[in-house]
Amino acid sequence: MTEEHVIKTDKLTKRFGDFTAIHAITFKVNKGEIFGFLGANGAGKTTAVRMLCGLSRPTSGNAEVVGCDVYKQPEEIKKNIGYMSQKFSLYEDLTVLENIRFFGGIYGLCSARIKSKTNELIEQLGLQNEVKKLVASLPLGWKQKLAFSVAIIHNPKIVFLDEPTSGVDPLMRRQFWELIYEAANDEITVFVTTHYMDEAEYCDRLSIMVDGRIEALDTPRNLKERFGVTTLDELFYQLAREAKRGG
Amino acid sequence: MDAVALKNISKAYSGNKAVDDVSFKVNQGELFGLIGPDGAGKTSIFRMLTTLLVPDAGTASVMGFDIVKDYKKIRSGIGYMPEHFALYPDLTVAENLNFFAAIFNTRIRENYHLVKDIYAQIQPFKNRRAGRLSGGMKQKLTLCCALIHKPSILFLDEPTTGVDPVSRKEFWEMLQRLKAQQITTLVSTPHMDEASQCDRIAWLQSGKILSIDTPSDVTAAYEDPIYAVKADNMYRLLQVLKNAPGVKDNYTFGEFAHLIFNKEKPETEAFIDFLKEKGLSGIELKRVKATLEDGFIKRLKTVI
Repeated sequence: MTEEHVIKTDKLTKRFGDFTAIHAITFKVNKGEIFGFLGANGAGKTTAVRMLCGLSRPTSGNAEVVGCDVYKQPEEIKKNIGYMSQKFSLYEDLTVLENIRFFGGIYGLCSARIKSKTNELIEQLGLQNEVKKLVASLPLGWKQKLAFSVAIIHNPKIVFLDEPTSGVDPLMRRQFWELIYEAANDEITVFVTTHYMDEAEYCDRLSIMVDGRIEALDTPRNLKERFGVTTLDELFYQLAREAKRGG
Repeated sequence: MDAVALKNISKAYSGNKAVDDVSFKVNQGELFGLIGPDGAGKTSIFRMLTTLLVPDAGTASVMGFDIVKDYKKIRSGIGYMPEHFALYPDLTVAENLNFFAAIFNTRIRENYHLVKDIYAQIQPFKNRRAGRLSGGMKQKLTLCCALIHKPSILFLDEPTTGVDPVSRKEFWEMLQRLKAQQITTLVSTPHMDEASQCDRIAWLQSGKILSIDTPSDVTAAYEDPIYAVKADNMYRLLQVLKNAPGVKDNYTFGEFAHLIFNKEKPETEAFIDFLKEKGLSGIELKRVKATLEDGFIKRLKTVI
């Protein structure tokens, strides 16, 4: 068990046949930090996230997430994390209220707790007039904010966000990041993948993955200094241009 | 002849107006951007212009053909990349491209010069099923399939959503090369760095066109002076800015937060002192030029 590190990996590797998707990655994520997990399309981000969430068994190496072993305790991990992605987040043909109740139930909250959480969320997100509407009818930005709130409804130690703001307009993206900041302030560790380099700046630390390897890991400021660039955009080009796998 | 012309186009879904009396024109060879928040009606406009959806009212033409009466003529002359991946996932990369060439009565080699630059990048994966490609590769293949019959107009509905910065940059370099070959492009994007590469952009909100300008018009018309500010603890800085005196608006902007003061000539030294009093350190405050993203945020906030 570790207290300081919510994620700890040691040479974590995943192979599909003769293709090595993840090459022996070793890194730690501190409690309460916003950790940005960057990389080009096809670099292996989603594969790594799936292993850390207990959804995919590593080929070799070790990893502990919220103090649980990814080989032996994948079910424990699932209970103690939140997860949200662009592709799957909410049930479109349930209402706002039904989605909150459903996820509250899935995460094992008692009905009194679900009730108080529901009111809290509706208030916080300003969804008072939408509670009985189908999620399908909400604008994308609202869906994403609701999905995030639902992903942390059980107060997990860490939440994994896989490209949460993809396709969201500039104003909505900022509102979404306010929620991320608040969660981190409440000591929920945030593990986020994004293709927006301005969002990468909002992270406490960043890792950049190229062809299944972590090529850089530090605070945005230190990374820029070390690579002699003024923006993360430049840094990303520098590293990802070398990629062999192709986007 | 205008490449695209819409006149008083409206479309509603069970009473909700998605597109509300929209009129605009796109010139031949123009790279024209459609920008607006989610749910503004961009996709509905794309679907009407590509003849997949019939408008409730108004008229529109593409290459001079009416979108309702002449839909067959339009379909053979345009390329369309819908918002969501729409190739055959069980066909390989090469099979998809062959298929699209075949249904448009052409062969890959006839127009290979148009897709060569992009196709070269996905060629190593030509025997992989399209459904198993990464996001960036799917998007490159989709563009190849949309171009293989040498369309005169391309309709691209958020083609770079979910695509990494390197691939996005390459994609837009592609669009600029196509423009040089006189292909007209109508494109929507949530990325303001991309929008600023368009010849003109239409701002769409709640189904209505708010304005049509060149990107430089938008930034030139931004009146308030913008300041960029940062501190060691950005979260704390943002909290302080929310209730800071004399501040009209503020929002995050990458490494910095952008700040607009009530006064045109704010006392910046006094403001830095105020931030220090609030316990912030490592403060940097400087005047910056407005970008398209600043313009977008301002418009959204004004309308809401």
